Amino acid sequence: MIETGINIALFSMLVVTALVAVRLRHLFGVVMLAGAFSLLSALLLVTLDAADVAFTEAAVGAGISTVLMLGTLALTSRREKIPSHRPWLPLVVVLVTGAAIIYGTLDMPDFGAPDSPAQTGVAAEYIARSPHEIGIPNIVTAVLASYRGYDTLGEVGVVFTAGVGVLLLLGGLRARRRRGRPDGPDGEEG
Amino acid sequence: MFIVAAVALLAAMVLVLARLYAGPTLYDRVLAVNSFGTITVLFIGVLSFLAGRADFLDIALLYALINFVGTIAILKFFRYRAIGDVSASREMHR
Repeated sequence: MIETGINIALFSMLVVTALVAVRLRHLFGVVMLAGAFSLLSALLLVTLDAADVAFTEAAVGAGISTVLMLGTLALTSRREKIPSHRPWLPLVVVLVTGAAIIYGTLDMPDFGAPDSPAQTGVAAEYIARSPHEIGIPNIVTAVLASYRGYDTLGEVGVVFTAGVGVLLLLGGLRARRRRGRPDGPDGEEG
Repeated sequence: MFIVAAVALLAAMVLVLARLYAGPTLYDRVLAVNSFGTITVLFIGVLSFLAGRADFLDIALLYALINFVGTIAILKFFRYRAIGDVSASREMHR
């Protein structure tokens, strides 16, 4: 009952935020609204007990992507151009796709239904065995860090490689810029 | 008790969001998002007591950290009009 009320309140705030973000032409305000949107959706994920997804949403949605969008705004214009025509066709495509997706969820089992495929597979094994095999209170963490340890290790390797690649690219740029600087009296452009 | 706190926090969220939508200046919006992050932290704390799960409090702590870093980034953007290499962009604007 309480949880339903909280969910309804959070979802209505989410919808209003999205609508205002679409209507707003001032792009800096849109970035701020996107930050609030991610915080709201992270809150919704917390109410769904998906703590790890909420972690990711807060770190990526509210943290990193706000910073990235601000960096993009520094390079481009800060006001959105007013479109010259009304794009009806994309709206129709989006509405039809959304209706199809909602239609697809109609014959899915209810949220938390005990006979859904997610509950009848290996989940019961994990719930029964993880407290004494792994000893971590959160079962999702136990699955990610222990039962699927090699998978997670591979993911960490991918993220590490991507980070090293970005650092190499940015570091090379900076070193080139620094090398170019002492030649000119006033520094170089770009 | 905690239900009252949760309702009060939801009302505070609505107020802060109204400022975020209306906010005439940029600083109104920055302050609104920062306050919204703080309310989020508090709301997760209240949720953890409502659901009787103390491990939500760790998430609330993480949110407080992210909120701080995000506000610093936004204010840095205001000051220097750039996020990454501040000295390089200063050089360009001279």
